[in-house]
Amino acid sequence: MSEDYRLMWKNLGLNLEAHDMLLGVLGNAYKDIYLSQKERPEGMAYFDFVMSEVHGLRIKELLDEKAAGRKIVGAYCVFVPEEIVLAANATLVGLCSGADFAIEEVEKLLPRNTCALIKSAFGFKLGKVCPYLESADMIVGENTCDGKKKAYETLGQLVSNLYVMDLPQVKTQNGRALLKAEYFQFKAAVEKLTGKAITADSLKAAIQTVNAKRKAIHRLSALRQADPAPISGLDALLANQVFFYDNPARFTASVNKICDELEKRVEEKKGAFPARTPRLLISGCPQAVPNWKLPFIIETSGAVIVGEESCVGERGTRNLTAETGNTVETMMEAIVDRYFQVDCAIFTPNPDRLAHIEQMAAQYKADGVIHYGLQFCQPYLMEAIPVEKALEKKNIPCLRIETDYSMEDAGQLKTRIEAFIEQIKG
Amino acid sequence: MAHRFAGIDIGSRTIELVVVNQSGQAIHTLKADTGFDPMAEAKQMIGAVVYEGIMATGYGRNLFEIAFEAPTVTEIKAHARGARAFFPEALNVLDIGGQDSKAIALSDNGKVKKFEMNDRCAAGTGKFLEIMARTLGYAIEQFGNEALLAEQETTISSMCTVFAESEVTSLIAKGQDRREIALGVHASVMRRVAAMLQRVAPEGDIVFTGGVANNACLRALLAQKLGRRILYAPQAQFAGALGAALLALEAA
Repeated sequence: MSEDYRLMWKNLGLNLEAHDMLLGVLGNAYKDIYLSQKERPEGMAYFDFVMSEVHGLRIKELLDEKAAGRKIVGAYCVFVPEEIVLAANATLVGLCSGADFAIEEVEKLLPRNTCALIKSAFGFKLGKVCPYLESADMIVGENTCDGKKKAYETLGQLVSNLYVMDLPQVKTQNGRALLKAEYFQFKAAVEKLTGKAITADSLKAAIQTVNAKRKAIHRLSALRQADPAPISGLDALLANQVFFYDNPARFTASVNKICDELEKRVEEKKGAFPARTPRLLISGCPQAVPNWKLPFIIETSGAVIVGEESCVGERGTRNLTAETGNTVETMMEAIVDRYFQVDCAIFTPNPDRLAHIEQMAAQYKADGVIHYGLQFCQPYLMEAIPVEKALEKKNIPCLRIETDYSMEDAGQLKTRIEAFIEQIKG
Repeated sequence: MAHRFAGIDIGSRTIELVVVNQSGQAIHTLKADTGFDPMAEAKQMIGAVVYEGIMATGYGRNLFEIAFEAPTVTEIKAHARGARAFFPEALNVLDIGGQDSKAIALSDNGKVKKFEMNDRCAAGTGKFLEIMARTLGYAIEQFGNEALLAEQETTISSMCTVFAESEVTSLIAKGQDRREIALGVHASVMRRVAAMLQRVAPEGDIVFTGGVANNACLRALLAQKLGRRILYAPQAQFAGALGAALLALEAA
């Protein structure tokens, strides 16, 4: 590890000792979970590199951008429109929320029965171990679930640059009007931050950049329809996770490169797992880096994951923003239209999500669906039971899992998942 | 030598071993406490019998897989198979073991259709009963029968084992009848398990397997609450091992 990085982390105010520990755990987990996989596409070497440098080179790049006058915006949610951030000459990065850290400190501020994702976001701040958070010029919170919106009140006392965006909870005209008003307000805030007005040209270019990222992911997803699946669910999830961190153009090129390789694999009927391996769709809560717990258990129990109905997955990347507009106003409308389609469980009612689960199960030829709910995540846990009932009516086996980031229930989960795979095999 | 297949169920409390002959009849059944070195215990048990192939189940199955290169099956499938051996028409299975409980619904052909397991805590498991029996000063084998002698139930409201234990302790201190508390403890487990059964397997007879099936009070309370027959084989505790042995035989 380069000494330059240590100085960089120190200057960012990270707790070097705690951060070393985190990187040690992360490195070991990556080795055990990712590098132990067989039949990986060669193109995954890029993502291995990205992960090995996730707190190193990528942070240095962001700091170089900052030195050159660009601003960094950090966010926790797929409702924060990257198009607007890019168009104002800033960079959007996802903030750390995928691992337990400094739990005792967190529980001084948040009730114990708060979901692992929110606790994690606080843990990374309180433990001073997230260089993305510390590099950010603006941190964007968003009023999704009750847990998050109340937690941002407290987070606002820990950081000086929190911007909270309101979000609608119903898909009505009023709901859309609220989202639109919030996006215009966010646009003004980002413009103020960067001192750069968004123009039709910059917005158009930004829309194209983000759409290109999404299209690359669409291409990757479509290739997973093949049997044998040419890429493991773990690797595909990693690409979806890196979507939130990487330089957009480089990310797009790297995913497309993997897709070229996967196309050949599909032609040669070469898979990450043998043909006719049971195929599962994961549906539910986001799986932020480095939350690889569930896919790791699934793919070491004899099944392959062929799709993620998740924010870190198709819920986040499904829709493109229309590229037809020529004025800032029309393009902003297109952005509002695009994000208003996201079928997050904070919406009531939320029938689109069930339709998408059924559609994805058919499209990716899934033998079953695992509904993944984070403990204490009311919106997704509430939807889990109706989702299970609806899928069973269509003879799609469904297993509801409720868990957190700790490994204490790994044995129990493995038993359930193995039994579910046995059930599917009949 | 005739073809013989074995199944071993390595649970949190006990290990069971069953050997079946070619026609699926159990010819040996062995049981031991799991202790703190389950593989040493398992090794001793399998050394005492002769078989052609063995399949492992229970929470220790993966350890056994590595130590003895044996195939494994989950407790869910193993208990489903074992339950069908006891009652060939079974469509619903309830298994309560030392550290978990499961409700399983089967298709007509005996395949697992749906299942649910208890959460990660001990509520609704054999462990809960064991701790409460100890707190009340009963041997676990007598706990159910003593509870059945109670004339009325003292309600236990805590699901959590730790809270329930202090609740029981304070009831004892208040001079409540021990058997009535015992009945309350059983009713608490029953309610939890009944809710799971009603979600997963809402109608028809239920085959009760696992060590806790030996508890007559729990069987009676479940039958009463659900208005359904609870089918019980005296060998219920061996259902997992028997199921694994039969699956080994059928895979051969």
